[in-house]
Amino acid sequence: MTTPVFVALPIQRLHSNRRQRTFWGITLCVLFLLVIILSPWVMGDAGLSPVLPQRNQPPSLAHAFGTDWIGRDMLSRSLHGMSLSLRIGLLAATMSALIGTGLGLAAGTLGGWVDAVITWIIDVFFSLPHLVLLILIAFAVGGGTTGVIIAVAFTHWTSLARVIRAETLQVNSSDYVKLSHRFGRSPLWIASHHMVPHIIPQLLVGLILLFPHAILHEAALSFIGIGLSPHIPAIGIILAESMRHLSTGYWWLGVMPGVLLLLSVKAFDWLGENVRALLDPKTSQG
Amino acid sequence: MLNGEGLWFRYGAKLPWVVRDRTLSIAPGEVIGLMAPSGHGKTTLGKLLAGYLTPTQGQITLDDQLLPSQGYCPVQLVFQNPELSVNPRWRIDQILREGYVPRPHYLKALGIHPGWMTRYPHELSGGELQRVAIARILNPNTRYLIADEMTAMLDANTQALIWQVVLDFARDHNMGLMVISHDKSLLGQLCQGQVIPC
Repeated sequence: MTTPVFVALPIQRLHSNRRQRTFWGITLCVLFLLVIILSPWVMGDAGLSPVLPQRNQPPSLAHAFGTDWIGRDMLSRSLHGMSLSLRIGLLAATMSALIGTGLGLAAGTLGGWVDAVITWIIDVFFSLPHLVLLILIAFAVGGGTTGVIIAVAFTHWTSLARVIRAETLQVNSSDYVKLSHRFGRSPLWIASHHMVPHIIPQLLVGLILLFPHAILHEAALSFIGIGLSPHIPAIGIILAESMRHLSTGYWWLGVMPGVLLLLSVKAFDWLGENVRALLDPKTSQG
Repeated sequence: MLNGEGLWFRYGAKLPWVVRDRTLSIAPGEVIGLMAPSGHGKTTLGKLLAGYLTPTQGQITLDDQLLPSQGYCPVQLVFQNPELSVNPRWRIDQILREGYVPRPHYLKALGIHPGWMTRYPHELSGGELQRVAIARILNPNTRYLIADEMTAMLDANTQALIWQVVLDFARDHNMGLMVISHDKSLLGQLCQGQVIPC
């Protein structure tokens, strides 16, 4: 029985390598995002105050992202803005995911008219242009930070709700759930042992992939002026301000915060992909 | 004695009858074959007997009592497609233990390798998975087994292995067995002439 062990070794090493790579990917993304979120507390507000002699400086060693038209350090402004946007995105996406999961589970398990009503609501939300709905809701609740959070939370749950509903229906009607009933398992046991392993990965990946949406829409709302108030350094506001200065050659005002936004969104995307790979039995061990 | 009396079944009020006025019974330790071409309601009849479906008319009784709706059902069904009857996110170990902890003796007889325990269902072949699906119902609580095309998609060697173990188990535990198939020679081998057309 010793030979099979030796044969199996290289294969196992390969598996763990891929698993390790996935773990590294997740760690790297989480670390990057944590650094951005926590950066304002580490850096303090020093870079936010105007230093008029240092106006409109291009990126240099002293100011990696350059300075703006009243001499504020763009790196600290961008990080402050990105941190705020991430926190708002986190809150809005979590709320959205909770709504989506709740409604998806209700539609999938209760069926009948509950399912019909929820599916209809999802269809209505899908048929309306996303940004229009966002603007309407944000405007209706009075704009500002709360407006952005509520608007994003109430418009992004639909796709996740649909996925969770479908997953619930599929698992509920499967042979192995019916068999579990015949094995004498209670509905609660079946829910926690058969349903949860299917729902949790969908929820987790759905939630992570919701962040970039939430952040981009938060930035979009702030960009067109009904999101966060202009004196807060949110990433959307920084980008909106930079528009006025782009044509005068101050490219770093738009490009540098834009790249930071892009990297953050990409980090979430990558995080979502890696978590999915780790949770799916088909890819989790080879 | 597992009895089905005057069973009628259809999948919807306006749909045609799938099972029409069927009466059949299986005694403990008996092996009965059920043979019919595709689409004649064999699987539906099997699901009725195992309690997966409720007959539109008629009733299923086990020793003059209705099938229990809670607890381990003494009548178990083995499906044709093992891939659909195991949770793809469970490991083999967990799948085997869902109803009852299987005896090592039967695991060995069915050729279930200890190395499979930590694998996921998609990492086993159809035949291997079907052996797992059978191992989990081979326990003393199962008094009647409905085998719905249980070995239809397996090669001859695996078929022989599986049926040997299942027949031994049925004899040892006085378990009633209904074999649903359209393989005439298989039913001839297993059922000693007790084949009912469907």
